[in-house]
Amino acid sequence: MAFDPIRDYPLGARRPDLVTTPAGIPLDGVSLDALREGALAADEIRATPRTLRLQAEVAHASGRTQLAENLERAAELAAVPDDLLLEIYTALRPRRATAEELEAWAAQLDGFDAPKTAAFVREAAAAYAERGLLAHG
Amino acid sequence: MVSRRFSSRATRDLRLEQLVSPVPELGLVAANGPNDPEPELGVEGGAVTRMDGRESADFDVIDRFVVAHGLDLQVASEAMSMDDLALARMLVDVNVPRSELVRLSRGLTPAKLARVIGLLDPVELMLALKKLRARRAPGNQAHVTNLKESPALLAADAAEAARRGFAEMETTVGVARYAPLNAIALLVGSQTGRPGVMTQCAVEERRNLELAIRGLVTYAETLSVYGTEPVFVDGDDTPWSKAFLGAAYASRGVKVRFTSGTGSEALMGYAQGMSMLYLEARCLAVVRAAGSQGVQNGSISCVALVMSVPGGTRAILGENVLAAWLDLEVASGNDAIASHSEIRKTAKLMGQFLPGTDFVTSGYSVMPRHDNTFGGGNFDADDLDEWLTIQRDWQVDAGIEPVAEDELLRTRERAARAVQAVFEELGLPAISEEEVALATTGYDARELPDRDRAADVEAADDLLARGVSGLDVALALDRHGFGDVAEAVLDMQRQRLSGDYLQTSAVIGADGVVRSAVNDPNEYTGPGTGYRLEGERWALLQGLPQVVAPAELLGDPEGADPIVVEHDEAVRGDDPAEVVVAVGPAFAAAIRRTIADLDHGAVLDAVCEGIREGGGQPRLVRVRRVADVAFIAHDGAALSGSGVALGLQSKGTAVIHRADLQPLDNLELFGMSPLYTVESYRAMGRNAAGYALGRRVGPVPTELDNFARAKLIVRTTLLHARETQAVVPGAAALELELVTTPVA
Repeated sequence: MAFDPIRDYPLGARRPDLVTTPAGIPLDGVSLDALREGALAADEIRATPRTLRLQAEVAHASGRTQLAENLERAAELAAVPDDLLLEIYTALRPRRATAEELEAWAAQLDGFDAPKTAAFVREAAAAYAERGLLAHG
Repeated sequence: MVSRRFSSRATRDLRLEQLVSPVPELGLVAANGPNDPEPELGVEGGAVTRMDGRESADFDVIDRFVVAHGLDLQVASEAMSMDDLALARMLVDVNVPRSELVRLSRGLTPAKLARVIGLLDPVELMLALKKLRARRAPGNQAHVTNLKESPALLAADAAEAARRGFAEMETTVGVARYAPLNAIALLVGSQTGRPGVMTQCAVEERRNLELAIRGLVTYAETLSVYGTEPVFVDGDDTPWSKAFLGAAYASRGVKVRFTSGTGSEALMGYAQGMSMLYLEARCLAVVRAAGSQGVQNGSISCVALVMSVPGGTRAILGENVLAAWLDLEVASGNDAIASHSEIRKTAKLMGQFLPGTDFVTSGYSVMPRHDNTFGGGNFDADDLDEWLTIQRDWQVDAGIEPVAEDELLRTRERAARAVQAVFEELGLPAISEEEVALATTGYDARELPDRDRAADVEAADDLLARGVSGLDVALALDRHGFGDVAEAVLDMQRQRLSGDYLQTSAVIGADGVVRSAVNDPNEYTGPGTGYRLEGERWALLQGLPQVVAPAELLGDPEGADPIVVEHDEAVRGDDPAEVVVAVGPAFAAAIRRTIADLDHGAVLDAVCEGIREGGGQPRLVRVRRVADVAFIAHDGAALSGSGVALGLQSKGTAVIHRADLQPLDNLELFGMSPLYTVESYRAMGRNAAGYALGRRVGPVPTELDNFARAKLIVRTTLLHARETQAVVPGAAALELELVTTPVA
């Protein structure tokens, strides 16, 4: 069934068929029975890029452009490892990274098929250059 | 000269805080600062060339971020050309829908937004807030902490908060390494109290994200933004770093709201001569541009600074309205201590309390202030009855429910036991039976035994190293017979998969269904629309534990021994020393005690003794035709041989009357019945005899209690209602005989 971003929200209640764990366990598969059987792992309990993109569609359809863009970045970042996320965050803090280092992070994000977030980092680098917020190399 | 009244006022709690005159160059000005820029937006060839007093070349990081992500240039030319006053009027016009205002806000610069908000007076701001709130129903958030970081007490308090209807709750740590333990206690406690309550643990971002990834918390609101570049950078962030972090949290299924608030820029020394409200408009423009679904604002920790300048309270309400106008979820402050003065604090609260916000407080301290490690707690456990009563007074839902004591005790104990079981199953330092018992019934953490804190933090480190997650918590609960709580904890894990609560203003119902601005939007368009406190919810919020049924207040006279016996119709006496004691229709019958809780038999006995001491001869009659004390006494006087009577209403009010006076005139009126003793009634009897015998009489001294009316007006009303119910219209007075010998 096609996804209707307004009618099908909330997904958990209205379209559980569209929600799975990264390994494809359906929402109702996350149950006490499965837990007792040891069939669930902690790193399975996270939203998939697909689910986050659906939420971005919901935000967009509700007229919330910026929230939708944020959720699109989130969808891209879902595949990025935790440590890397925190490293990129740190690099984006004032005067932590040079222009080259920020460009390297952007390129890494491109490698994760995260073009919107990569562009976001490049945009930050340009602004930081203008405002003296880059680290001196 | 010194005024003793000025001196007295100088000792009030209010005077512990300082008020200052505005200093615009330091940012100590609430709104409409003399240095705030003129709103403007220059666009050439689809690019912004000027905004709010700056050329694009001079844009700081905030301007650049807002221009890049926060302005809809298609709306901007229309919105920026609108008259300030016209926009301000639309904010309070119930015929202009919220959606239209939100659309226009997308094209407005921070200076324009601040300018328009600055045109609204407090009542207009409240109406605008009621109209612009994103989610239909208001809600509230709790703070749950304690000084000993006792997990049993955290869980018990979290359960109580959940049971009382808080939709979110936040804890923090005294010692950073405690974070996973506190997060677990909050998770278990909250889900014991009500499934679906969202929790957070305010700690440093890396740790916070780790807790979220493990499913131990579900939201974060630690992402602070500021209105000037130097302060933003001093906070070690930029709009890009904060926005990235927001996306990172969302990528892990964590609900995020940013934090801003007036006053922080002045406090941190770089307000750049701008008003607090203008700088907050810049913050909020960043928050929306970053794609945050919401914000915690309303000055937050700087509230006392903002309230030190003229118009501060209005500016704080203004910033809440501004956030709602930008279509952001608003957790509207009222968490940090705003004032020493209870009056001032409450007056400030009304700005958010009456219109209702997504979260009326960004943290109501459900425990006593001593245990609040967020630095106080503007309203705490000891204020709960006041909060609930004010909701009931105004018929307003500010997000907290009354719950009976025995039910809360059961909930608290169960939560403490549940976290005890989880600690045992996860191999954490044991929670003792004593801790469970005292967490259930105690006042604050001082009553609980000290824990081995070194062992706790070691265990917390180990817990993280082992990769313990929300799933382990659910399994532990399941194994120890807390199946329903296990199911609720597991459902919070499922919520992270579907991500529905990432939408604006999301809360989770006890049924596990997310309600947000998407599927439960605020569509207020005037009376009869939007969220209204009525029906079952209104009945619930009326039912405070201390509310009594009126019938219980008076007691039931059925089956009690008679105090008096009624005889024939009374006739006029002829003894010149006779003083009639005329009682009301219900006296010593349907009502048996005065409002001062004196037995009517004892009162009659004292009055009669007083009359005899004064040389008079008492005679008792019951006036049946009226309940008013003046007429009771005057009817008595008409029957009295001396022409003097003492009239007694059942609640204890008395009048000495004489037959030749007009009914509403009198010789002496005793209106302070709550203060009278048996001795007072004896003195009244003596005076009545004095009047009868024509002696000089000094009035019975009476005291004044200015609170008697507030304290007793309900009882007075009910007693008088019972008296009037006993009235027999047109009936003659009856002779009365005292049959009991009251115990003195």
